[in-house]
Amino acid sequence: MTDMTAESGLTAPRSDTYLNHGSTLWSWLTTTDHKRIALLYFGSITLFFFIGGAAATMIRLELISPNGALFTNDGYNRLFTLHGVIMVWFFLVPSIPTTFGNFLLPLMIGASDVAFPRLNLFSWYLNTVGGLLVVACLVLGGVDTGWTFYTPFSSMFSNSYVFLAVAAVFVVGFSTIATGVNFIVTVHALRAPGMTWFRLPLFVWTQYATAIVIILATPVLAISLALIAAERLFGLPIFDPQHGGDPVLFQHLFWFYSHPAVYIMILPAFGVVSELIACFSRRQVFGYTAMVWAILGISVIGFFVWGHHMFVAGMSPFAALVFSFLSFIVAVPSAIKVFNWTFTLYRGQIYFEAPMLYALGFIGLFTIGGLTGLFTASLPIDVHVTDSYFVVAHFHYVMVGGSVSAFFGALHFWWPKISGRMAPDGWARFAAILMFFGFNFTFFPQFVMGYLGMNRRYHHYAPEFQIYHVASSMGAVILAAAYLLPMGYLTWSLFRGQKARANPWGATGLEWQTSSPPPKHNFDQRPVVTERAYVYHPDQESPRHEEPNAREPHNPQGQRG
Amino acid sequence: MSGSPIFWLPAASTEGARTDHLFFLLCGISTLIVLLVLTLIVTFAIRYRHGSAAPRGRLPEFFRSEFEIGWTAATAFLFLFIFWWASAAQLAGYAPPPDAIEMHVTAKQWMFKTQQPNGAREINQLHMPVDTPVRLVMTSQDVIHSFWVPAFRFKRDILPGRVTQGWFQATRTGTFHLFCAEYCGTDHSEMGGEVIVMPKADYAAWTAAQPEGDDLGKAGGKLFVKMGCAGCHAGSNAVHAPNLAGLWGRTIPLADGSSVEVDERYVRDSILQPRREIAAGYEPIMPSFQGVASEADLTRLVAYIRSLATGEDAGQ
Ligand code: HEC
Ligand code: HEM
Ligand SMILES: [Cu+2]
Ligand SMILES: [Cu+2]
Repeated sequence: MTDMTAESGLTAPRSDTYLNHGSTLWSWLTTTDHKRIALLYFGSITLFFFIGGAAATMIRLELISPNGALFTNDGYNRLFTLHGVIMVWFFLVPSIPTTFGNFLLPLMIGASDVAFPRLNLFSWYLNTVGGLLVVACLVLGGVDTGWTFYTPFSSMFSNSYVFLAVAAVFVVGFSTIATGVNFIVTVHALRAPGMTWFRLPLFVWTQYATAIVIILATPVLAISLALIAAERLFGLPIFDPQHGGDPVLFQHLFWFYSHPAVYIMILPAFGVVSELIACFSRRQVFGYTAMVWAILGISVIGFFVWGHHMFVAGMSPFAALVFSFLSFIVAVPSAIKVFNWTFTLYRGQIYFEAPMLYALGFIGLFTIGGLTGLFTASLPIDVHVTDSYFVVAHFHYVMVGGSVSAFFGALHFWWPKISGRMAPDGWARFAAILMFFGFNFTFFPQFVMGYLGMNRRYHHYAPEFQIYHVASSMGAVILAAAYLLPMGYLTWSLFRGQKARANPWGATGLEWQTSSPPPKHNFDQRPVVTERAYVYHPDQESPRHEEPNAREPHNPQGQRG
Repeated sequence: MSGSPIFWLPAASTEGARTDHLFFLLCGISTLIVLLVLTLIVTFAIRYRHGSAAPRGRLPEFFRSEFEIGWTAATAFLFLFIFWWASAAQLAGYAPPPDAIEMHVTAKQWMFKTQQPNGAREINQLHMPVDTPVRLVMTSQDVIHSFWVPAFRFKRDILPGRVTQGWFQATRTGTFHLFCAEYCGTDHSEMGGEVIVMPKADYAAWTAAQPEGDDLGKAGGKLFVKMGCAGCHAGSNAVHAPNLAGLWGRTIPLADGSSVEVDERYVRDSILQPRREIAAGYEPIMPSFQGVASEADLTRLVAYIRSLATGEDAGQ
């Protein structure tokens, strides 16, 4: 541990940060700096989060009445399809990797950029092309297949812009693959001297595992989408049973991608939460090695459970048992992670700033999301609840309660590093608490109505479910407020926020060993790593008390230079 | 149904009761785990808030891999136990009882057409007797649909070009929601109806009162002649083709040395893809009726061939 003065050299405002390294629009659009590309991505995913959110708002508005009449049946179908397509592929899959991953991965391993900076920029352009295609699809009239594109509906029966939507997802998939390739090579090739694999922060491990899952799974998505296009445009009989095709084949292909994809969406969140919990309880992550193996275990086993989405689609009882079994197995590492996070708090010196509140909220919501996964992995229960609101609630707990909370936690934690300003903590804590309660208010009723028989993707529904829908829509108002608030106070902080020190939270990661915001080349001198991650306190000793504003900067991952 | 309960939907089938037990068991376990995690977090958060007086001291030695191994093993055992329970329940209810009565369901955008064993047809309704196992034989004419009766905790997808089956046994009389659970286009949310479970006597009376309808098997018999099947298959014929009487339900040898049970699937495949499984001792000369026989025709032909099994009527 070094003392406070070591940091002071970094506290002085510097003029050569990555932000003011060039200020023309052109300098941004042609940048190969991973930090600037991260900001470009911030722009894209924020835009899509709000488009998807607008669709969600309209869905919830329409569902207040069992006979909602704001939209036609077709209109409603297009609405939830767009919501799903945009939220999954244009917000959640890219969210943490392309923003925080891009920004932090090189910093955390002590590199000056990713391995292929131009490929990185190219991936953002691909993402933008995909985004334009999906917006074109939206403007022309949308698509009504559900984000799952099930055949033969999507390939032969739908009268909407299926091809545009499929093309959009196809293109954005390649953008994700490019990011994945980049991350894998970066972690392998660019680690600072002394940064061995088992010294990597868990955030880096999760980015690495996510990247591997991305490059193995996404091509399968591309193939299945291309097959839909082939059948739709050229009449190639692939899924059409009239000509010997098999409609269920599509589901196998789709879920072979899409189950791993849920891990693409949640693993980065695991990484974020590990960083946050450790930093704000001033403790080493409990069971670091177990955490690493859990991450890797999830990524591997996650490839073999896709069939649990198809238990009622005509599957042999033996296959169903195998998929059910593997689904229980894949839940074990997730449970271990929850226990490890919890025990990281034990004997800590816990601070409750906004990032920590988001992280604790994540644990709560992810635990509920994960446990309801055990329900859907149990055959007789899944037969009943699949395609009901129970499932809608389950995946929202994981993907929105879990990943989106983690995203906001990350945003508040690394905001000082990214922007050079502190976010107003009072407002941020208020938003975090609002988000937690708004979320539960919105989605918990959906478990109940799902079990009672409320169908997923229903525009009109039986009157006995109305009470649950009204509750859910009321919760959604709170949730929407909680999502909008940070837009306001974070923007405010850019101009009025307190200037951030290099390491305002006294965290251990290398990204805190450079100024806030970092210079273009990240480190003035290449860091040399001498210790494990998260040495917030000497081994076997508990963390000591530190004054809140003088948390020790902890320089354990090595000396600068 | 108007007047349906809002806060709980009691199970109305044998399987449903089993599913509910498992569901409550899982609710119990989950609540305990959530409470455990919550208590730990809140306790730690309060006790170890920064600057609190709680003693921290040296971290105990056992606080390492023993813990890790301990709760890994505990969760693994717990999960395996749930898996075992769930799968046992599933397998126990997998095969339909042999005496189940058979109902046919044909789904299309956006309706369910059902047919009783005696041929009586309904749309978006299914009448059935209580305390009697009912087996559904389902197929779709267009996209994928799904037959969901929440009160029975029963759901099965209905696929085009394929037959799916499922069964349930109602334990209460009443009218229950039937929903299409798989998204199928514009009016997906309007596609549904009701399952009407009646006392056995009432059901018998109801059936008797239905217009005779075209008895499936009899209609199939006419088709058998009209489509030229009889030209080969009717016993006294020059062409060497198997006699189909008494075939249903038997296990017969195939040309490739394997054997197969003659059931709905086998008969349909024999008609649509006769080259796939060839009965031992015959030349593969039977033409495929793919694209010639419609879904409805197939259902009738199958019913006819089944009725040849014992000479009983098509309803079994
Ligand atoms: C050209 C003569 C011919 C016609 C017409 C024909 N079949 Fe066949 N069928 C055969 C022969 C030969 C076999 C045995 C070889 C095989 O399994 O393919 C057979 C086998 C079958 C079998 C399997 C029986 C077994 O013992 O395994 C079924 C069921 C069947 N046919 C039904 C039909 C139906 C229904 C039709 C009318 C739609 C039909 N067949 C028309 C010649 C014919
Ligand atoms: C912000 C508040 C949100 C609300 C109120 C909301 C609401 C809904 C509702 C009501 C549905 C069900 C539509 C139906 O099947 O009938 C749905 C589906 C879905 N939502 Fe959200 N949602 C929200 C945020 C998100 C976010 C952030 C994501 C990103 C991960 C997301 C991903 C999905 C997905 C993947 C589906 C399934 C779509 C489909 O079945 O086609 N949602 N959402
Ligand atoms: Cu899955
Ligand atoms: Cu439907």
